[in-house]
Amino acid sequence: MAIRLLSIVAAALLAFAAQAQPIKIGAFLAVTGPAASLGDPEQKTLELYVEKLNKAGGVLGRKLELVSYDAAGDAEKARTFVKRLIEQDKVDVIVGGTSTGETMAAVPLVEAAGIPFISLAGAVVIIEPVKKWVFKTPHTDRMACERIFLDMRSRNIEKIALISGPGGFDKSMHAQCVAVAPTYRIQIVADETYGGGDTAMTAQLTKIKNAPGVQAVLNAGFGQGPAIVTKNYKQLGIALPLYQSHGVASKAFIKLAGDAAEGVRLPAAAVLAPESLPAGDKQRGVMMAYKKEYESRFKQDISTFGGHAYDGLMIAVDAIKRAGGTDKAKVRDAIEATKGFVGADGVFNMSPADHMGLDLTYFRMFEVRKGNWVPVQ
Amino acid sequence: MRARGLVLLALAVAALPLALPNKYAYDVAILVGLNAIVCVGLNLLIGYAGQISLGHAGFFGLGAYGSAILAARYGWPTPLSLAAAVAGVALLAWLVGRPILRLRGHHLAMATLGLGIIVAIVIATEDGLTGGPDGMSVPPLAAFGVALAGETAWYWAVGALLVGVVWLARNLIDSPRGRALRALHGSEVAAEMVGIDSARHKLNAFVLSAALAALAGGLTAHYAGFITPAKATFLHSIELVTMVVFGGMASTFGAVAGAAVLTLLPQFLTALKDYEMVVFGAVLMFTMIFMPRGLVPTLEKALAAANRRAV
Amino acid sequence: MSAQFAQYLLTGVTVGAIYALVALGFAIIYNASQVINFAQGEFVMLGGMAAVSLANAGWPLPVAVGAAVALAALLGLALEKLAVEPARGAPVVTLIIITIGASILLRGMAMLVWDKNVHALPAFSGETPIVLGGATLLPQSLWVLGATLVIVALLAWFFHRTLLGKALLATSHNRLAAQLCGISVRHVLMVAFALSAALGAVAGILIAPITFTAWDVGVMLGLKGFAAAILGGLGSGAGAVLGGLVLGIAESMGAGYVSSAYKDVIAFVVMLAVLMFLPGGLLGARASDRV
Repeated sequence: MAIRLLSIVAAALLAFAAQAQPIKIGAFLAVTGPAASLGDPEQKTLELYVEKLNKAGGVLGRKLELVSYDAAGDAEKARTFVKRLIEQDKVDVIVGGTSTGETMAAVPLVEAAGIPFISLAGAVVIIEPVKKWVFKTPHTDRMACERIFLDMRSRNIEKIALISGPGGFDKSMHAQCVAVAPTYRIQIVADETYGGGDTAMTAQLTKIKNAPGVQAVLNAGFGQGPAIVTKNYKQLGIALPLYQSHGVASKAFIKLAGDAAEGVRLPAAAVLAPESLPAGDKQRGVMMAYKKEYESRFKQDISTFGGHAYDGLMIAVDAIKRAGGTDKAKVRDAIEATKGFVGADGVFNMSPADHMGLDLTYFRMFEVRKGNWVPVQ
Repeated sequence: MRARGLVLLALAVAALPLALPNKYAYDVAILVGLNAIVCVGLNLLIGYAGQISLGHAGFFGLGAYGSAILAARYGWPTPLSLAAAVAGVALLAWLVGRPILRLRGHHLAMATLGLGIIVAIVIATEDGLTGGPDGMSVPPLAAFGVALAGETAWYWAVGALLVGVVWLARNLIDSPRGRALRALHGSEVAAEMVGIDSARHKLNAFVLSAALAALAGGLTAHYAGFITPAKATFLHSIELVTMVVFGGMASTFGAVAGAAVLTLLPQFLTALKDYEMVVFGAVLMFTMIFMPRGLVPTLEKALAAANRRAV
Repeated sequence: MSAQFAQYLLTGVTVGAIYALVALGFAIIYNASQVINFAQGEFVMLGGMAAVSLANAGWPLPVAVGAAVALAALLGLALEKLAVEPARGAPVVTLIIITIGASILLRGMAMLVWDKNVHALPAFSGETPIVLGGATLLPQSLWVLGATLVIVALLAWFFHRTLLGKALLATSHNRLAAQLCGISVRHVLMVAFALSAALGAVAGILIAPITFTAWDVGVMLGLKGFAAAILGGLGSGAGAVLGGLVLGIAESMGAGYVSSAYKDVIAFVVMLAVLMFLPGGLLGARASDRV
């Protein structure tokens, strides 16, 4: 009898102690390095919303604690930091992996340790084949190709040229576009690449300009390469439609490319230009709030990459709420059961077969008109 | 007397696990060991033979990818793929070394830098074979159905290998070959006048250091289960040279110390968030300004001076 | 066909001019101190980023440019005084590592002072392309080429006609003899670093309208500048310029005619081939060592 009483008291004390313990969110992002323009807004977004959630009382009465490391876009560093997050910091859930390389290096570790991981990277290989503990928020690079090809077909474009950069994002999207093109009856008549830190792509674009029958050009890249491509495009007087990838879905791209950006199209989530959404749009409210909070705090334009981080954090927090705690298996199940979640990238509906939860519906086509991103019907 | 350093190292390797609280700490220790293996070899080339190489990450990457591709794409058993990769890189170094080592000083540095960059670009571009910039998965090191897995097992393997490599390096340096190397570092012309075939000795140092780099590369790939071209870029080459110079050139234990400090430092500096890069650069600069010969030689000198004063 | 060739050539020469300016920076410092300044690329970055942030703050472009170059020169001076001079007796490899540390420090500071985004400078005289023989050239490219020519001419006048410049040349030939003639090697070093930094900054500002600038552009540009300097023959100003042009044109032609994926490989292979047959570089002295 006394023992039963003691054990109840002990259990209550333990539960109380556990409740006072913060919920640890682990993150590894490319805050410096070549992908810094992606990782930096991701880091800022995570910090902003962890702070906001804590001010509102935390999650399940517990405070959130963000433990984040800078993997600088390096898969090796990412691997060590993920090990650190799992073994030393003992986090409850991991949101991160700015680039695909960093994410894939972390996958064996999270699968072995059994900890839920939401990736912020783009390649389709992250969730195909589906891995038990790995989820992701951004649309895949294959979806970007599909969205672009659909738009091209609607303009009766059949023959295109590809130009891409050296990075993992570029190459992965390039491979996906090549693989998917026949399904949309798109023919690739020229295929050029440029290097990192290159100062001019006129040579490659000249070759493309002279390719027989070319009707449009698709540039799969991110960073300053696509901006230089766009400027060179105008310089060479190429009048064909130019498509960019979601890797440059930001206002910064328009600032860099200047006038040359007029008419450029790309696929992106609504977070690119929330003010352009109609009043009844599901995402409008959430996105306008994000825009206001981020821009007033950091004095910088929002970007789609910060949006991926927003989604990752909020889905994780929502799952923890639904799971009623930080039991890793329960949280994982809850993430997998996410339905109708309105985020920056779209409305998420995950399932055991789909660890991303998005289809092409909320992946919209934008065009630069008068220096602004405008959605295309 | 000579064996003292080696015994101390072996003791340190054996005793360190007492201070390692979790798998992450073991992971960092393993990375230190792997970097140290490359640095000991690189030190033979830079510190003793006096030949600068800014492209050793290329050899590291070739060893890593060679073993990874043979094992993952062609199904070779991993000990065999590793051995083949190391042998292949040694052969490549032998072929490439002969013409390249005719260059001196900065021209040699640039030539090795160029070679390293060429290797890195080829690895990143041939994505059908190598998985491109996003890298590829690597099967674990396994023989007769038993896999070398887990941080503890790898720690002992790498630790033992490091002690072995240091023993090898010290024996080499104290041998006639080693003395020939040091002679030609002092003055190549004078060494040749005494009958030392400088070209052959330089080439041997080059090939040995390349083989060690390839071995470390292959082991890194199998340990991490993943490899990306970042390990073959010139930034990594410069990191390796920095470790050797920081720790102390012409000092085998300096190479180990340099690898240890410069692998551990970023792990400690993560707390500084955005200031990490600034602090790292500053630490590097100030250490080299005040300890121009490197960490270990400066400490050795200070210790010797203190001993003399004590007498 | 020839219009294509003209396009590749024009691009190659423009890019080559930038490499030439960076290579000159390497050559000047090497001549004065036998040190390879691995932070040279960061001066290129500093020039571009400083000019952009000043221009964005409302300063008129010429003033922003001048201030940026002055800032870079000051930082070059600081690097020499705080890092190179205290370590003067050290082996050359140590000095190289010090400059590597400096480049990391400068990059880290750039990230803190500015940000991690890519920035553009407005083109100096508009963006309407000029058509030349079937190929197009941006007006900014003319600025790059023109400025490079002017700078090379100015440097030639400086080194051969002014006392300070001759002192720099003398130091590069034989430091001891120069000291015996009363030349203050310390002053020479300071001038060399400030001058190289200024050159790098000018290069960074000139190309910022074409290729943009960010906290990490210095890495690749520094590397290519170094390759150009070695290709042309370290120790020769004309060699640096020639090396830069050859590298830029080899890259452009390689991208156009052989393979755009491997254009950097082609450029480096060309460099390696030159080094094999002309170990001193294109215009480098056939070195003879005193024994």
